[in-house]
Amino acid sequence: MHTFEFSRPKDPATAIATAARAKTAQQGADVRFIGGGTTLLDLMKLNVETPARVLDINRLPLDKIEATPDGGLKIGATVRNSDLAHHPTVQRDYAVLSQAILNGASAQLRNMATTAGNLLQRTRCMYFRDTAMPCNKREPGTGCPAITGSNRSLAVLGTSEHCIATNPSDMCVAMAALEATIHVQGPKGSRAVPIGDFHLLPGNTPNRETVLEPGDLITHVTLPPPIAGSKQVYLKLRDRASYEFALASAAVVMTVAGGKVTRARIALGGVGTKPWRSPEAEAALVGKPADAANFRKAAEAAMRNAKPQSQNGFKIELARRCLTHALQMATS
Amino acid sequence: MRHDPPSGPSNPTRRQFLLTTGGTAAATVIAAYIPVHANSTAAESGSAAANADGPNIEGAVPITLRINGKDHQLRIDPRTTLLDCIRETVALTGTKKGCDHGQCGACTVHVNGRRVNSCLSLALIHDGEEITTIEGLGTPEALHPMQAAFVSHDGYQCGYCTSGQIMSAVALLKEPCGPDDAAVKELMSGNICRCGAYANIVAAIQQVRKNT
Repeated sequence: MHTFEFSRPKDPATAIATAARAKTAQQGADVRFIGGGTTLLDLMKLNVETPARVLDINRLPLDKIEATPDGGLKIGATVRNSDLAHHPTVQRDYAVLSQAILNGASAQLRNMATTAGNLLQRTRCMYFRDTAMPCNKREPGTGCPAITGSNRSLAVLGTSEHCIATNPSDMCVAMAALEATIHVQGPKGSRAVPIGDFHLLPGNTPNRETVLEPGDLITHVTLPPPIAGSKQVYLKLRDRASYEFALASAAVVMTVAGGKVTRARIALGGVGTKPWRSPEAEAALVGKPADAANFRKAAEAAMRNAKPQSQNGFKIELARRCLTHALQMATS
Repeated sequence: MRHDPPSGPSNPTRRQFLLTTGGTAAATVIAAYIPVHANSTAAESGSAAANADGPNIEGAVPITLRINGKDHQLRIDPRTTLLDCIRETVALTGTKKGCDHGQCGACTVHVNGRRVNSCLSLALIHDGEEITTIEGLGTPEALHPMQAAFVSHDGYQCGYCTSGQIMSAVALLKEPCGPDDAAVKELMSGNICRCGAYANIVAAIQQVRKNT
């Protein structure tokens, strides 16, 4: 691990001012905020991340879960994943979020990992994690060996000829279906970013994963008021029953009235280069009878633009069946 | 017939031997981890740590780690993980290093009563927090009920993962967990056992849950 200077900013403003001196907030940032450390320290040990300064934000006052005036929920950046998953309001009104978090990692990691850290979770692509290999995400312009190499676990949606790395988060998939908003404080003030705009597609710049700029500090996430009567399900399919990343997952937030779908929010995990909201699947469902045939049509719509690689073509049908089954679970 | 000699300076135990030779061979590596001295109160330790004696390692930072109820004033390289600090600096070797990447659970300890992977955490982040390791759980004479249950159920073979398994299992007792074996297995999935003692580990945990 490279050496770094460690400090504990006394308030968010100091943290932001210190981090604003960095050249980038993306891959290779020379200043990093540390929360749980479950991603950052892992990558620092691999020399994939080599920050010169590490700012401990764990003691900033960003660890509360509170109701918002509009009836939604405000989740602080350093709220631990386990606390979020077990919060009574989350379990009652945003069950898909609780389920998604509890389907990810282990109890130990969930006790450490934070809300903001999970938003910034990095891909598990083996080429990204191995500094002996080329990787456009880690070192732009060096190439993507995954495209001709080991890509069984990698993405089929949102890929480019430069990168096919999967976003590994479960939490983000649920937040996409819940239409969460990410609140960022930076050197130029505060801004609110819809989760759909927060993560970037790899395109020509896979090293840029989010809209964050130097000095930007995620302070909290807000969820809109719960949808009355909505059925919520997170279904995750993986190589083993627990403690494994998704091959395919589906988050469903749906309301049904008189046997017809009146509202649907669908997001997929394990198959996209970012947490994958599917407006195609949602459009295929709304106004239609909530039955198996329409669920299958929605799943087909969701994967219509999927692009298989040499080893991961199975994910396309797996994701279709995952979503179909999740929709059945939500309505049964 | 020869009997095993008692251990002592001329007849070292395996552990003493490894600690001595390992310490010599790895002196340059371990120089980064400098134990200062233990103190009993946090108030004293703050100022004492700042003025701590010892080799002047560039970039070393003072820290007070409260482990098993005892304050340790240390100067550590900022890169030191909580795991390395516990094992190398404070010399509590019950906590094990397995994968060193948060994938196996051998390094599980409690921070403020909650289980964490100490390998994926910087020691500096835990300045002043309450850390519990396997050494703080029970003693050979007075085992924690979970330790006793692991013994009576044969919840291990080689024993390398065991301290992490037990720390995880003790934390699980205070977490939301369904009554059945499947719920226990799910919540213990962050602790890998290469020997495959899982069935006995689950049985040990269920026995303790039944009795508490």
